[in-house]
Amino acid sequence: MSLAPIPSDDPKEQLETAEPESGDPKDERVQLATASQRQLIWMRFRRHKMAMLGLWILILMYFVAALAGFFAPFTTNSAHSTHAYHPPQLPKFSISDGFYVHPSEGRTDIDTLKRVFEEDTSEKVELGFFVKGEPYKLFGVIESDRHFFGPKEMGERFYLFGADRAGADVLSKLIYGSQVSLSIGLVGVAISLVLGLILGGISGYFGGWVDNLIQRFIELIMSIPTLPLWLGLAAAIPPTFGIVPTYLMITVILSLLGWTSLARVIRGRLLQTRDEDFVLAARLDGVSTARIIRRHLLPSFMSHIIATVSLSVPAMILAETSLSFLGLGMRAPAISWGVLLQDAQSVKTVATAPWLLIPGIAVVLAVVAYNFVGDGLRDSADPYGKRSE
Amino acid sequence: MLRYIAIRLLHAIPTLFIISVIAFFVIQLPPGDFLSTQIAYLESQGASVDSSQIEALRIRYGIGDPFWVQYWKWITAILFNGDFGLSFQYQRPVSGLIMDRLGLTLILGLATLFFTWIIALPAGIYSAIRQHSIGEYIISGLGFVALAIPNFLAALVLAYIAFAFFGHSVGGLFSPEHANAPWSLAKIGDLLQHLWIPVIVIGLAGTAGIIRTMRANLLDELHKPYVTAARAKGLPERRVIAKYPVRISLNPFISTIGWNIPQLFDGEVIVAQVLALGTMGPLLLTALKSQDMYLAGGILLIIAVLTVIGTLISDIALAAVDPRVRFGKA
Repeated sequence: MSLAPIPSDDPKEQLETAEPESGDPKDERVQLATASQRQLIWMRFRRHKMAMLGLWILILMYFVAALAGFFAPFTTNSAHSTHAYHPPQLPKFSISDGFYVHPSEGRTDIDTLKRVFEEDTSEKVELGFFVKGEPYKLFGVIESDRHFFGPKEMGERFYLFGADRAGADVLSKLIYGSQVSLSIGLVGVAISLVLGLILGGISGYFGGWVDNLIQRFIELIMSIPTLPLWLGLAAAIPPTFGIVPTYLMITVILSLLGWTSLARVIRGRLLQTRDEDFVLAARLDGVSTARIIRRHLLPSFMSHIIATVSLSVPAMILAETSLSFLGLGMRAPAISWGVLLQDAQSVKTVATAPWLLIPGIAVVLAVVAYNFVGDGLRDSADPYGKRSE
Repeated sequence: MLRYIAIRLLHAIPTLFIISVIAFFVIQLPPGDFLSTQIAYLESQGASVDSSQIEALRIRYGIGDPFWVQYWKWITAILFNGDFGLSFQYQRPVSGLIMDRLGLTLILGLATLFFTWIIALPAGIYSAIRQHSIGEYIISGLGFVALAIPNFLAALVLAYIAFAFFGHSVGGLFSPEHANAPWSLAKIGDLLQHLWIPVIVIGLAGTAGIIRTMRANLLDELHKPYVTAARAKGLPERRVIAKYPVRISLNPFISTIGWNIPQLFDGEVIVAQVLALGTMGPLLLTALKSQDMYLAGGILLIIAVLTVIGTLISDIALAAVDPRVRFGKA
């Protein structure tokens, strides 16, 4: 491109270099002056304790989800009917035996119709790390039978988070379910982001009738409450579909309606920055439209895109959970957090087996972590932010 | 201003048209048609199926006709006769079923909207001007959790707490003795006693969202030069904040009232399902599951129309507050 040298166009960088934060040691000042935008964001982000905590939680969750077979004590289809609604067991520790729990047998009390469990304290189920257990396939290829934590003796059972109606381990199901629940948000948002960037960008930059058309279209989609429409679309997925096609359909359905808020944020910011002096300067310098959008406009509202994305991922996770909870999303035998929560649909079940709500805690944890990270990013990437006092 | 309102009203017409097409398209998606489901249902009830009756229904709803013909028959019946079709599940006109539940749905929605605003605005302003204070951390922390808790989980937990500690069941919006009674002061009081749980649950996420928006908007404004200028002029801090940045950050805010309405319906569907409320959500869910298509389509349409009206109001409010919007400058 035959372009005149562009004046440093990034308001963020100018601001940061011109006024390094007061109170920093001198050598850090030099660092600040030469640091790239990305380094500056990272430096600020690191100071956000909650954001860092959220980041670590997310890394841990995705790591466990990726290696689900290894971290889950059992596979998803192993269940003991005598252990139905087995309450959670806390491992005990002794020097001679290491970690252990007492095995217990469950029966239904004839008078109260409640499930009763009696611990057999004379026997012990020894627990250990890296034990041999039920075979599984890592990433669908690598065969293994090592489990991170579980009973040393194969065939023995242990329920850290209790058991469900069929006597299957809730912890194992939770870990396998995270594969669907955690990935569906990422895939859905990726599709939404592409749609939102393209349509929001066009709408905000060109304005006029194009803007009008796209805005009416967005308004149209937004004006239909998403959940009922999601439900309507999801109801059209035939129950005979396999797990993978259903998963794909759900992602597409979620992102078909999910891109609009992103597009609106992008458009709004574009409208605001479009008439700024530095954009005018760039235009007078003969910079091409595409380059103005990419180099001048995008960096100045990147933080807002990131903040919205950070809210979109958990929104998608929640949407999938809600759909599955209502029985129109993923369906058993597929496992996701929403499918697991279907077991806890009535207050009565929750009263007898409160541990069935544990997948709900996992949902909350993932969503909170995403929000912390997003908020940290927003504060650290904000162009005018003199926030970290 | 009048011109702006007129233009916005005109814009709403094609929107409504396309929405009705989408609603009809969605209910057409599941394989099979309404009539065969109806026949299967009648046969399962042991009723004999009269072939001339079926033929009449076939002509009435245009089953087997192309999409547009069916759509035309559906929408003209709604527009000119208020006839939303027949729910095969309830064997009643859809319009009656919807009207039964519309009032409660609206009451629930409006109550939630007020609750949301009363909590969210002051909390948002506070957490922006007292950034990094303990109060802000508490608000943000609670907000994060509120955003993260799925509606149904909050509903289940609150219902469980009410059930386990206060010993009263929270299903429905009325106590049994008031459920079918005519409206009276006692019934309204009873409604208010039951209303708070769904209102809190539905409003939870929305409140947290608005606090976030308000905080973000205000933070963007607070560090702009005009605020410093106002401060330098010696204005009292309260005025500096309330007079300028708060007003500006309210703008994007008013324009979001419109989008909060769909959120209300989203929450309502789930919460009403868990708490067994007599609103439109559970009706829609069962209709979708049993492919009671005219009922599902009618509800989708009503919900969408209500939302369009809401968006229209919020757009007009925005124009009233901000002249730039009125003259198409922003």
